[in-house]
Parts: sequence; C-alpha cells; structure tokens
Amino acid sequence: MRRTLAAAFVYFVCFVAGVWAGVFAQTPPKRIISLVPNVTEMLFAIGAGPQVVAVSSYDVEPPEVRSLPTVGALVDPDTERIIALRPDLVITYGSQVDLQTQLKAVSIPFFDYRHAGLEHIMVTMRALGARTGHADQAERAARAMQASIDGIKARVAGKPRPKTLLVFGREPGSLRNIYASAGRGFLHDMLEVAGGEDVLKDIDKESAQVSTELILARRPDVILELNAANRLNDADLKAVLDPWSALGSVPAVKNKRVIILNGPGLTVPGPRVIDGIDKMARALHP
Amino acid sequence: MTIRRRVFVVTSAFALVAFAVMVWAPTVGSTPISLARAFDRSIPWDDNVDAQIFFVARLPRVLAGGLVGATLAAAGVVLQAMLRNPLATPFTLGVSAGASLGAMLAVTTNLELSVLGVTSIPLASFAGSLIATGIVYALAASQRRGLSTNVLLLAGVTLNAFFSALILFVQYLSDFAEALRAIRWMMGGLDVASYTPILAALPFVVVSFVAFAMMTRTLNLLSVGAESAAAKGVDIVRAQRVAFLSASLATGAAVSLGGPIGFIGIIVPHLVRLLVGSDHRIVLPASALFGAAFLVLCDLAARTLMSPLEIPVGVVTALIGGPFFLWLLVKRS
Repeated sequence: MRRTLAAAFVYFVCFVAGVWAGVFAQTPPKRIISLVPNVTEMLFAIGAGPQVVAVSSYDVEPPEVRSLPTVGALVDPDTERIIALRPDLVITYGSQVDLQTQLKAVSIPFFDYRHAGLEHIMVTMRALGARTGHADQAERAARAMQASIDGIKARVAGKPRPKTLLVFGREPGSLRNIYASAGRGFLHDMLEVAGGEDVLKDIDKESAQVSTELILARRPDVILELNAANRLNDADLKAVLDPWSALGSVPAVKNKRVIILNGPGLTVPGPRVIDGIDKMARALHP
Repeated sequence: MTIRRRVFVVTSAFALVAFAVMVWAPTVGSTPISLARAFDRSIPWDDNVDAQIFFVARLPRVLAGGLVGATLAAAGVVLQAMLRNPLATPFTLGVSAGASLGAMLAVTTNLELSVLGVTSIPLASFAGSLIATGIVYALAASQRRGLSTNVLLLAGVTLNAFFSALILFVQYLSDFAEALRAIRWMMGGLDVASYTPILAALPFVVVSFVAFAMMTRTLNLLSVGAESAAAKGVDIVRAQRVAFLSASLATGAAVSLGGPIGFIGIIVPHLVRLLVGSDHRIVLPASALFGAAFLVLCDLAARTLMSPLEIPVGVVTALIGGPFFLWLLVKRS
C-alpha cells in the first residue's frame, strides 16, 4: 500500500512538473509563418526575422520577406502548404477561425492578432517578444517607438489642433465614395498624436464613407489624403487635388490645405507608423 | 374620358408628385441649411456653405436620382412588355452584370482615363453594359426568325451568371481596398458631387426615351401576344430590336451614373399598373415619373436615416422593394 502511494506521489510530481515545463518553459519557435503583413514587420523589428520561414502573399516589407515562400493570405490561407512547411508558430488574424480550427487539429500553435489602436502595436510587439524568445529586444523596440511617439506629441503640444479629415480612399478623379478614418483605430490615434483633431471623432467606427454634404458641414481645416504612390509629379498631384476644388467653402480647400501624404507604408500598423505620424505632424504643423 | 385626356390627367398627376419630391428633397438632409442664404447671390460662392451644400452636395444627387429612377422604371416597363414576362427587370438581360464587370476592372486595374470630365469607373461600366448588350443581341438575332424572346431571356440570365463569376474571380485576385471599393459601387450611390456625369448620361437616356415614347402602342400589342400584334400590322422584329436596344442603352447609362440599383425597375412598373391599369401610353410616363420620385425618396432616406453615416441607396431600395414585391406576389395569386 505504502509503495503504491509513493509511486502515485512520484507520478503526480512528474505530471505537475511536466505541465509546468510545458507551460512556462516553452522553447522559442524556430519556424514561424506570418499571415499578417504588419505583424511580419513587427517580428523583424524585434529580431525574430530569422525565424520567419514563410509569409502571406501580401507581404513586401521588410525586403527580406520577398524571397520567402508565400502561403495565401487573410481570406485564402493555403492550409496544406502551411502544414507542409512544419511551422512551430503561425501568426493568424482574428477572423481566420477556420484556419485556427485546422491548426488546432494538427497541434500547431498560433498567435492570434487583430488590429486595434496605436498602443496595441507596442502591446503586440511585447507579446511577440515573449512568445518568440526576444523579450528584451521587443521591449527595447517598443520603448523606442513610444519615445518617438512622445517626441512627436511634445513637438506639437500647445499648438492649435486643426480640425482634420483623414481620407484614405475615393474614386479617382471625383469626390465619390470617399472613405475616411473615423473615431476609432490606429489611423485615428495617429492623427491625434500628430496634433490634429479628428473631424469624424464622434463616429465610433474605424472608417466611414463620407458624403460631400458631411464634409461641407464639418468644415475641416485640413484634409490629409493618403496615397499609396511613392511619389507624384506635379501634373499627377494637380489631377489628384483638382476634384476637391468643388468644395470651395471648406476651409481646407479655400486655404489650400488639402495635403497628399505619399508612401505605401503609412497605413500599416507596424513599426513604420512612426514615419506616418511624423509626416502627418509635419503636414498639420508646418 | 378619352384616352388622350386620361393620359394627360394621369401623367400630370404623377408629374406633380415627382416635381414636388424633387423640389422638396434638396431642402432636407443631414445638415440643416438656410435656403435664404443658399440663394443669396451677394455672398461669395466660396464663403457660402449653404449654397455649396445645396448646389454641390444635394442638387446633383437629387437630379441623378431622378434620372436613374425614371430610366430604370421605364426600361423595366418596356422589357416586361417586350418579353411578356412580369419578372423582367432592366438587369435581366445582362446589362448590369456587364456594367459591374467593367466597373470592377476599372477599380482593380486603377484605370486612369477621363473623357469630357467623365471618370474611368462610369466609362468602364458603360462600356461593359454595351458589350453585354451586344453579346445578348448577337445571340438572340442569330435565330432565323427575328429576335427570339426565349433566347434573349436565356442568354441574358446566363450572361448575368457568367459575368458574376468573372466579377468574383477578378475580386478574388484584387486586394482588399479594391474589392471593397468595387463592392461598394455595386450597392449603388448617387453622391455624384458634380453635374458632369449627369450631363454625360443624359443624351443616351433622352434618345432611349424618344424611342420608348414612339413605341407605346406597339408595346400594348406586344404585351398581348406577338401573333396578334403581327396580325395588326406590327413589324415584330423591328419593334423588339428597338425596345431591347433602347432599354439596354438607357439602363447602361443609368447604371454608369448610379450603380446597379435594384428593384426600381420591377416594383415601380407593377405598382403603377395597379394604380392606372395596363395601357402603356399611361404606364410608361407614369412609371418614369414615379420611378424618379421613388428613387429620390429612397436616397433621401439613405442620406438621413443613419446620419452622419449613409446607407447605400441600393440597400434601401432592396429593403423596401423585397418585402413589397413579395406582398405583390401573394396578392396576385
């Protein structure tokens, strides 16, 4: 009897220790697949880049990822290829429930990500650091980002905050189907850090389609328009700006403060947002 | 009452309603404006917010709604009579799917093109509607004895399905922002913010309406039956050809202006027939006028109900049109 109890006790201790080790002494993943482009950028920023073995078909940054195999993207992840690449961590987006179910079935761990506000970029970087064995580097990168954000905040502190409309899409050559950042999400946060007052801050959504009537009624002092092109020549710039002249009573139009912000990385919620915030701040407070 | 007198009385009544709606609609919206200020010419244009809201944001929208609504309703009347099918809509014969594919391709290829101030998406969607019309027409005309309405219907429905598949394929290959823009276009939108696209669509609509106006008697005969129409001296092939081409041209122009806004082309003609009978000399003008008023009112709901957010106007017409049409179906049977 005593021997049986002793054996049971030994088994119990081993079991607890095993679980303990499984939970807390996880070895860092060596083969990461990222299906979320902005998280890929974060992984490289915290030093986990060399562990990344495949990315989504939309990944282009940093340049190192362009030579990696691609495994589909948000709506069409190639589950077979993902499993065949034998990853030990897959970065998924929150809405990829089917993929997550399949990964669970084959016991491949995943890191679930969803876009949220600006703060969430640093939160995600720290969580990724802890998960991939780069906690210190992630902490440094997150702190550096926070310092840049605080720096820009300090730079624009005390200056008047112009009412700003942040446009990220519309039908070319016209003022139809204008999409703008509304009162939630990282674009809104970027605008507020850059020293602008979001003219749509009362709309509790990440983005909203805005009618010309709403723009005329809200009278933004500045219209910032994001444009994915790297550079626009004068003729193109004129063509892009021209339709706005129909709304001549809007202060931004009247005072020539419709400003095009160029660059493909401006709207990616990753390490490059600092660039975006800096460009916004310079446009709002020249 | 003689038929002439009836046409005059009924058309005037519908015209009065349409006129009242079109005058009232631009005075209301998500923002209160002062009409006195809007029409005050002494205030410089660039300082007159009320005038800009009235003349830039609202009036083009109301005019576009009126034009698109009238066109889709009238085209629906013509096609229902010509195909002798109460379920026919302006979109049954492939026009809207062709237009949507054109718009989709313009969005995904970032086509930068502009003719007389008309931008790439309306141009591409109009081109798409013409191509779809051409294909359906060629198929139906290849039959030896004139246009076959059965072939027209089948070709139209099949082309709709085929183009829809192409749209999904192109959408699948495009990136998220582009797919979203294209989907949004398909929900319909009348915030045109300029008179140029309205003026561009107008000539095609006017030409088609002239053709519609000249064939009201023929439509009366056609809707009874092709044989009896032929017995009364109607050139069936020519009548069908004119009806199909003019209705498709008008629909293509309307869709390029406001997107494929559904249900107008089916519920308005049926409602008008319930009210005024089935004589096309009355149904056609009454439907056009009622269609204009109906779409302008739907767009008014779209821009005010959830303000500052907008509801896509095609969603509003479908939300009203779907249940209404079901009611109509139950009532008829």
